[in-house]
Amino acid sequence: MIRRGQPVAVPWTALLWLGLIVASVILAEHAKDLSRAWDARWLMKVPSELRIPLKAEVSAFMAWLVEDVRFGPVAFTDITRGMAWLVEQPYDFARALLQSGLTRGQGEGAEQVAPPLSWIAVIAAVVAMGHYARSWTLAAFVGACFLYLAVFGQWDSAMVTLASITIAVPIGVAGGLVLGIAGWRWRAVDAVLRPVLDLMQTVPIFAYLVPILFLFGFGPVAALIATVIYAMPPMVRITTLALRGVPAEIRGFAVMAGCTPSQQLWKVLVPSAMPSLMVGVNQVIMLSLNMVIIASMIGAGGLGFDVLSALRRLDIGAGLEAGLAIVVLAIALDRLSQAFANRPSPTHASQHLPFVRRHPWSLTVALVILGTALLGLVMPAVQSYPDGLTLTTGRFWSDVVETINVRYFDQLEAVKTFMLLNILIPVKRVLLGLPWPWVIGLVTLAGWQLGGWRLALLCFGLSGFLAVNGLWDDAMTTVYLCGVSVAIAGLIGIPLGILATTGSRMGRVIAAVIDTLQTLPSFVYLIPVVMLFRVGDFAAMIAVVLYALAPAVRYTAHGIQAISPQLIEAGIAAGCTRWQLLTRIRLPLALPDIMLGINQTIMLALSMLVITALVGTRDLGQEVYIALTKADTGRGIVAGLGVAAIAIIADRLIAAGAQRARRRLGLAG
Amino acid sequence: MQDPPVTLTCRNVWKVFGDGARRVLDAHDGHPPAEALREAGLIGAVQDASLEVRRGEIFVIMGLSGSGKSTLVRCLSRLIEPTGGQVLFDGQDLLRASRREMIEIRRHKMGMVFQHFALLPHLSVLENVAFPLRVQGVPPGAREERARESITLVGLRGREHYFPRELSGGQQQRVGIARSLVVEPEVWFLDEPFSALDPLIRREMQDEFLRLQTMLHKTIVFITHDVEEAIRLADHIAIMKDGEIIQIATPERLVLEPATEYVAEFTRHIPRGKVVTLASAMTPGPAPGAVAGALSARARVAEVADQVEAAGQPFAVVDDDETVVGHIDGRTVVDILIGRPVRGGEGPR
Repeated sequence: MIRRGQPVAVPWTALLWLGLIVASVILAEHAKDLSRAWDARWLMKVPSELRIPLKAEVSAFMAWLVEDVRFGPVAFTDITRGMAWLVEQPYDFARALLQSGLTRGQGEGAEQVAPPLSWIAVIAAVVAMGHYARSWTLAAFVGACFLYLAVFGQWDSAMVTLASITIAVPIGVAGGLVLGIAGWRWRAVDAVLRPVLDLMQTVPIFAYLVPILFLFGFGPVAALIATVIYAMPPMVRITTLALRGVPAEIRGFAVMAGCTPSQQLWKVLVPSAMPSLMVGVNQVIMLSLNMVIIASMIGAGGLGFDVLSALRRLDIGAGLEAGLAIVVLAIALDRLSQAFANRPSPTHASQHLPFVRRHPWSLTVALVILGTALLGLVMPAVQSYPDGLTLTTGRFWSDVVETINVRYFDQLEAVKTFMLLNILIPVKRVLLGLPWPWVIGLVTLAGWQLGGWRLALLCFGLSGFLAVNGLWDDAMTTVYLCGVSVAIAGLIGIPLGILATTGSRMGRVIAAVIDTLQTLPSFVYLIPVVMLFRVGDFAAMIAVVLYALAPAVRYTAHGIQAISPQLIEAGIAAGCTRWQLLTRIRLPLALPDIMLGINQTIMLALSMLVITALVGTRDLGQEVYIALTKADTGRGIVAGLGVAAIAIIADRLIAAGAQRARRRLGLAG
Repeated sequence: MQDPPVTLTCRNVWKVFGDGARRVLDAHDGHPPAEALREAGLIGAVQDASLEVRRGEIFVIMGLSGSGKSTLVRCLSRLIEPTGGQVLFDGQDLLRASRREMIEIRRHKMGMVFQHFALLPHLSVLENVAFPLRVQGVPPGAREERARESITLVGLRGREHYFPRELSGGQQQRVGIARSLVVEPEVWFLDEPFSALDPLIRREMQDEFLRLQTMLHKTIVFITHDVEEAIRLADHIAIMKDGEIIQIATPERLVLEPATEYVAEFTRHIPRGKVVTLASAMTPGPAPGAVAGALSARARVAEVADQVEAAGQPFAVVDDDETVVGHIDGRTVVDILIGRPVRGGEGPR
């Protein structure tokens, strides 16, 4: 129903919230004095009677799990260590194949039995995959990307990272497929999976690294398992959705053909859903890369480790170079896996060719691998890219950054100071100055207005969780950093999204840039930011804005493009100016999508905030990071759940708001 | 003439959507009144449907969208589990068949064609058609041979290695037909098979379908929303509205004796001459004067119109035994062709 036409439509809700916001700002200014005057310190600080010792309990539970749980003679940790061993075997093999070579014996006495794949062989393989998946253009592109890794001396680290991905991705895809199928077949499983997936995606990886380390032992495998936990949820969701999306007639046909249930699934439904499932595989690859980079900081080695150690040495050039290598690897993997996802289906022409003609590339690659392996025995340059020929741009980048920092120091500093004084600090003061019961009340009220009493209860419970676990101030700092970053990302992203739909050259450029930004692992964003702005809230905010910008742009563009062209034509026929078309038709109709984009932006911002703990913010992310360095399970998990609580509140409120907007616009639920 | 035996029977079949549907059905002894369903918040997609399909006939279920026709055909094959009633196939109650038995029945005795073809996009024409044999475990050589036969039958020879997206809509549905016939089913379900096609192609496919049926003599349940298609193809038609079957009759009876105003509305614009037989149009008894010749009582009016008009004299109408049962003149033929109420008597059924 559209109420705009009514004569006196007082927007009571809007007025109420305007009033509440003004009241909040005033209250934040004077709350401290009030609490002193009334002798009510509990208003500002959650009293100890309300605190619950969840952290200690989680830690105790973890200790019990690790030390005391036994099934007969088998301890719980034996099982988990066994699983770790199982994962370690293929990982060691992949790493041997790509980087270290097959070895016999342990430690110092190890001797190399066989060398790893030569750099030429790996590049030949990716080129062939590029050609197979799409075209020579793509083949040349991914070949150039990998060549870059060799020429710029990043080969070994990149291959370590790649080895982790080649193991994490199949596990993530297979696990996601199985869980997704279970969720599709049994509603009850789906109902249980949903909140678990929410948690898997919103609890920061640092939070569960510690228990994983306890259970699975230290080493690359722990990082791998953490990676899988992080990368699997989209595959689960996409699998369930894709199977539900198979047309009812195809399902009917499977039954009528007399398929058994497993034939229905594997011979009909899964193949029919393959294009969507491949989108999920692409997601798993990109998320795995993201997490492998982060997890490599805790000992797995690889490109992420190189970046971090270079930054610690203040070796800006080396850091940027390794960072660029991550970017190159990410883009190559993304383009390649997307090409596989969108591969044109076969045509009748492609059948009936002899084996060699049908598989020219696998044969060529096999020959190249064999040939280079033999040649490598006599010519080391074939086996591994000669050190003498590597280029380094480290010096150049160091100079560039130094020049910028020297020449534009004043300007950069002025921007930073201006933002800090006029935006960041005032917002922080308000949020930290508010009494916690007031904030809980506001969140609960919002939940009630947007989604009824159930949402209100959820908001109340989750915000209460933050209070009773002593996370209030950290949580408010998180909200402040996240809120400011998202607001800025929205202010930049929504206009860019509108521009991207204009169909001009500019639009295409924006779309390409955003696509690329989204494929980059979050960690990469820290590098330039730290170099230009060093540490602190402002640096963190810039990194978060860069990382979280993409969905704001994409969803805006998508929302505007999805509007029925007839509505636009009706607007033009009614004599709307371009500006009126935008503000009266396009934006209002795209509003639900824009809200979902902002929702995604918030999710990305929260996950980035945990990583910006590395540049010294004082929020929940920092709490998680400290817990990681102290190996404090309870502290890490509870703080991680705190981040998840904020994420879930934001997600549910916005989703409810978008739903309402959609219904009001008659776009159906 | 003796009627062929009944192959498929459906007795008092209900499909009620909503929680507690079974309970409401039981509470009313299997025949809940409409108010009872409404009160319980249930939707009766199929209500108390009974029909008999005889061996080798084309039985058309016709209705507008939402009339429950697709739900009913899915109840017959148990693609949808009916809430109540009986479905007898060759004397066996399908609703009591175990899951294993149902799989066997579907593998060997049923075939189905879908409105949107439901072809598997990742398989070639040959693989699509061979698919039902593949799930049965027929060895590759044998299933390929049978699939090729089936493809030849529908006139798609030479396209075996094409993929569905490389074919036109009509060709895709030919693949769907070949696939449903490859197991040589006894009963053949077609769910609006030609509705997604352009009118010209639709006509062509209907001819093709009739050609196949004269060769194969399948027992057919055919769903359509197109009354002309129904009249053209059917031996018997069941008309559905709001989940209920309101009339089952031959096309001719449907046109001449619509059970309700709703059915009459449907058949009003059907050219009578193409439906009405001389048996219905004639005046009983021999002609008072001379006759120009004899015509079969089974002939349709439109088929003999030219002959009768040209003769300028009445014709005698004879039954299968060449016995004169009535006569027909040019005036009556014209009346029927232009749609005036038929004056002729009600001929024997």
